[in-house]
Amino acid sequence: MKHLLGIETLSREEIERILETTQAMLEISQREVKRVPTLRGRTIINLFLEPSTRTRVSFEIAAKRLSADAINVSASGSSLSKAETLTDMAKNLVAMNADLLVVRDRTAGVPQMLAERVRAPVVNAGDGTHEHPTQALLDAFTIRQALGSLDGRRIAIVGDIAHSRVARSDIYAFTKLGAEVRVAGPPTMIPKGIEMMGVKPCHSMPEALDGADVVVMLRIQRERLAGALFPSVREYAATFGLGFQSLRYAKPNAIVLHPGPVNRGVEIAAEVADAEPSRILDQVTNGVAVRMAVLYLLTGNHS
Amino acid sequence: MSSFDTETDRGEKASRVSERPATRVVMDAAAIERATTRLAHEIVERNPGLAELALVAIISGGVPIADRLAQELKRIDGPKVFSGALDVTLYRDDVMGHGRRPIPQPTRMPFLVGGRRVVLVEDVVFTGRTVRAALDAVLDFGRPESIQVATLVDRGHRELPIRVDFVGKNVPTSRDERVELQVNGPEDWRVVVV
Amino acid sequence: MSHIRIKGARLLDPSTGLDEVQDLDIEDGKIVKKGRDLSGSADEWVEADGKWLVPGLIDIHTHLREPGFEYKEDIASGARSAVQGGYTTVCCMANTDPVNDSPAITEFIYRRAKETALARVHVIAAATQGLRGEIMSEIAGLAGAGAVAFSDDGEVIMDAGVMRRVLEYASGVGRPVIAHCEDLNLRGPGVVHEGAHATCCGLAGSPAEAETIMVARDLELARLTGAHLHIAHVSAGRSVELIRDAKAAGVRVTAEVTPHHLYLTDEAIRGYNTHTKMAPPLRTAQDRELLWEGLIDGTLDCVATDHAPHADYEKDVEFDSAPFGIVGLETALPVVLSAVHAERISALQAIMRMSTTPAKILGLPGGTLDLGAPADLALIDPNTVWKVQARGLASRSKNSPFLDHEFQGRTVETYVGGQRVYKLEEA
Repeated sequence: MKHLLGIETLSREEIERILETTQAMLEISQREVKRVPTLRGRTIINLFLEPSTRTRVSFEIAAKRLSADAINVSASGSSLSKAETLTDMAKNLVAMNADLLVVRDRTAGVPQMLAERVRAPVVNAGDGTHEHPTQALLDAFTIRQALGSLDGRRIAIVGDIAHSRVARSDIYAFTKLGAEVRVAGPPTMIPKGIEMMGVKPCHSMPEALDGADVVVMLRIQRERLAGALFPSVREYAATFGLGFQSLRYAKPNAIVLHPGPVNRGVEIAAEVADAEPSRILDQVTNGVAVRMAVLYLLTGNHS
Repeated sequence: MSSFDTETDRGEKASRVSERPATRVVMDAAAIERATTRLAHEIVERNPGLAELALVAIISGGVPIADRLAQELKRIDGPKVFSGALDVTLYRDDVMGHGRRPIPQPTRMPFLVGGRRVVLVEDVVFTGRTVRAALDAVLDFGRPESIQVATLVDRGHRELPIRVDFVGKNVPTSRDERVELQVNGPEDWRVVVV
Repeated sequence: MSHIRIKGARLLDPSTGLDEVQDLDIEDGKIVKKGRDLSGSADEWVEADGKWLVPGLIDIHTHLREPGFEYKEDIASGARSAVQGGYTTVCCMANTDPVNDSPAITEFIYRRAKETALARVHVIAAATQGLRGEIMSEIAGLAGAGAVAFSDDGEVIMDAGVMRRVLEYASGVGRPVIAHCEDLNLRGPGVVHEGAHATCCGLAGSPAEAETIMVARDLELARLTGAHLHIAHVSAGRSVELIRDAKAAGVRVTAEVTPHHLYLTDEAIRGYNTHTKMAPPLRTAQDRELLWEGLIDGTLDCVATDHAPHADYEKDVEFDSAPFGIVGLETALPVVLSAVHAERISALQAIMRMSTTPAKILGLPGGTLDLGAPADLALIDPNTVWKVQARGLASRSKNSPFLDHEFQGRTVETYVGGQRVYKLEEA
C-alpha cells in the first residue's frame, strides 16, 4: 500500500492492519505526553482545497503526535486562485521534499490524479462524492470497540447516499469486514447501481433499521439539497431523522454513529446525539488514532 | 538481519526454525527457570524494599520473562510489584527503514513511572538498539528514580554503549546467528541458536 | 499529371459491391482504370500485395478548432491527422472562435483549407447565431458560401420551437440539420453515464434518457417538418430503437455513431482518465451491443469520429473540470477493423459505414471507386499490429483513450485527388 485513495481497493487484510495499528496509536493519545518520535523530521502537507476544520485538525494532531512537521495549505491561502493547476501546485509542494500529502478536494478523483503525478504518498481526506477512507476506518474501529467485530453485524446507513463520500467508504469497509449493510433515504438520494456495492437499498426507517446493530446517520447539507432532493427539512426530519422513536426499530443495544458535524433536529435528534447509544465523540477520538496509523504506515513510502 | 526482526516476527521464525536441523538448544525449560529464579534474587538484592519497583517487559519477547520474574519476586518478597509492557516499535531507529512497516502493539503502563525504579525485561539483548529505544519510551512516561535492565540471554555484539544489569546467561554467538526464545506453552520453553 | 498504378490491391467499393484483387490506375487526380493485371506504362507503381484499397474515409463530425483554438488543432494539423487515419474528407463543426455562423467565417475556413489542408474540408455551419439556440443563423447565406449542413453540436438547441424553425428553414436550402441530442436539464452536472461506475467513482451521472428524450423530440420535429434530421453520435441503445421506428415510419432521419461508443463502455471511467470524458458519455455494454446492431442493420447510417482535440494541460485536470471530447481520426478505422476481425461486420460494410454512406448523407463527392471519381483513396493494411502512441499521432492534441492500446490494422497510404498525401513510415 503506497497511497490511501479509497477503501474500494483495499483488502480485508490491509484494513485489519490499519485497525490493529490504530489500537496502539489510541494508547499513545491517552498518555500524558502524547507524542512518539517516529516521524521526527518528516514533513506532511495537509492540502485542504475544500474547507474543513475537523478533518484538517484531526490530521494535524495525528501528524504532530508522531513528531512530523505538519503544514496546512488551504483553498483561500493557496495559489490556485491564481489559476495554477492543482497538479502543478502539488508538484511544487512535493518538490519542497514533503514526505506525504493529505488531500481534501471538492472533486472526485483528485487524490488519485495527484498520486499518479507526484512522488509522495497521497492520503485521501475526502474527494467530492467519491470516498473518505479515514472516516470509514475510524467508523469501523469505533464499531469494533463497541461490538468486538463487524462480522455478521447489521449496519444501516441513512441519509444522502448519492452525494456522500462517507457512505461509499463505509459501505466498502463494512462489507469487507463482514457486515451486512443497508442504505436508506428517499429515492432521490439513493444512487443508481448501489446494489452493485453489495448493499440493500431501503426507503423507510423501519425497514432500514430492522435488527440493526449500528446506525450511521449522514449529515444533510440542507442549503444544497432542500428543494432539490427533498421538499423540506421538516419533512426529511420526520421521515428519515433519527429519534428515540425510530431507534426502537434497531436492536436494543444498537449504537449510533455520525461523521459530523451534526445537524441537531435534522438528521438526528439532540436527545439521541448526546445520549448513551451515540458514539460520536468516540469517533472523533478514534479519528486521530486512525490517522496516526495511516500516516505511520505510509509516510516515506516511496517505491 | 536487524535485531528488530528477531523480536517481532517470533511466531513465524519459530515455525521456520523447527523445520531446520541446524538448531542448537542453549537453554531448556529447567535452565530458564533456574536462571529466572536467580535473576529475581539478584533484583531483590540490588533493590531492597520492592515497593518502588516496576517490571516493564519489552514487547513482545520480554513479556513471558517478566511474568516469570513477577511470580518469583512475589514468592521471594511478598508484595506485588508493578508490571507493565512497553512496545518500542515507534521509538526504534530502524522503524522508518524500507520494507513493510511493523505493527505496533499498545503499551501497558498502569502505574506512575515518576520516582519509581524501573527494571526493563528482555529475552535476548544483542546490539542494544532495542534497549536504547526502550529507555526513550520509558522516559516519555515520567522521570523514574533509575532504570535497570534484566535479560534472559546476553549474546554480545553491542552497537551502542548499553549495559545490562542482570543476565540469565551469556551466550557467545557469531553475528549472523539468531538467538530465540521459543515459547510453546506454560513451562514449555527453550532458547535456541539458529 | 502523373499516372500511378496500384498493383494487386483488394479493391473494396461499397458503392458497387466490388470486392476483388485488382489493379487501379490514377491519372489527373481521377480513377481511370480498374482490372486484373492492367498493362501499359505508368509513372509510378505501388505494390499493394493484397492490402485493401478503399474509397477515402469521410468524417462528417470533426472539430478542426481553427479559427480561435489553434493551440488544440488547426485545419492543417487536423487534416494531417485525417489522412493519417485514412480520411480524405472531413466536415468541421462550427464551435470555433469566432463561431462559424457567418459566410465570412465559412469562406475563411474554405480558404485556409485550400491553402493548408492535405484532406478535403467541408464546413458545417452554426444553426443558430453564436450557437446560443435562439436566433437562427443566415442559413441561406451560409449554404451559398458552401456550408454542407447546420448544427449547434455540443450547444444543444433546447427550445423545440427554435429547432423546428431551423429544420424547416434548412430544408428550404436542401441541407440537413445535425442534432447533438442531450437534454441539458436532465444531464445536469453529469459528466459520465449514470450507473454503477459513476456511483462508485462519485462522479455525477447523466442518464441515457437525457439523450433519448431529445432524440424522440427531434424525430417528432423531423416528422412535423419533413426536413432531413441527422442525429450525431448516438450513444444509447434506446435511441437506436427510436430511430429504427422513425425510419420505418418514413421520417427523413440519418444517424451516426462514434468509434469510442462502439468500443468502450462506462467502465473505462474507473481511474478518472479524462480521456474517457466526452458528451454524450460512454455507456453500458448493453448499449454498446445495441449500437453495433444498429450499425449493422443500417439504423445507424455511418461512423463519425467527433474528433475533438484538447490540449494536454486542459485535460490534465480534475475530471469534473476537464473539457468533454477526445481525438478520433487516427483510431476510428482500427476500431471498426476490430469488428471486421471479429467477423461482426464485413470489410465492405465497414468501408460503407465510413465512406460511402457519410458521403451520401451530406451529398459529398467520394465514397466510391467508380471510374471518373476523384482518386480519394486509402490503402489499408488490415493485419499489421501497432500500438497507439502520443508521439505517433498527427493531431496536435493527444487526448485519446486509446493511448498504449494495441490495434490490428491501419492506413498505410492515403491519396487525395490522386496525390499521395500520407505514407506510413516503416518502423
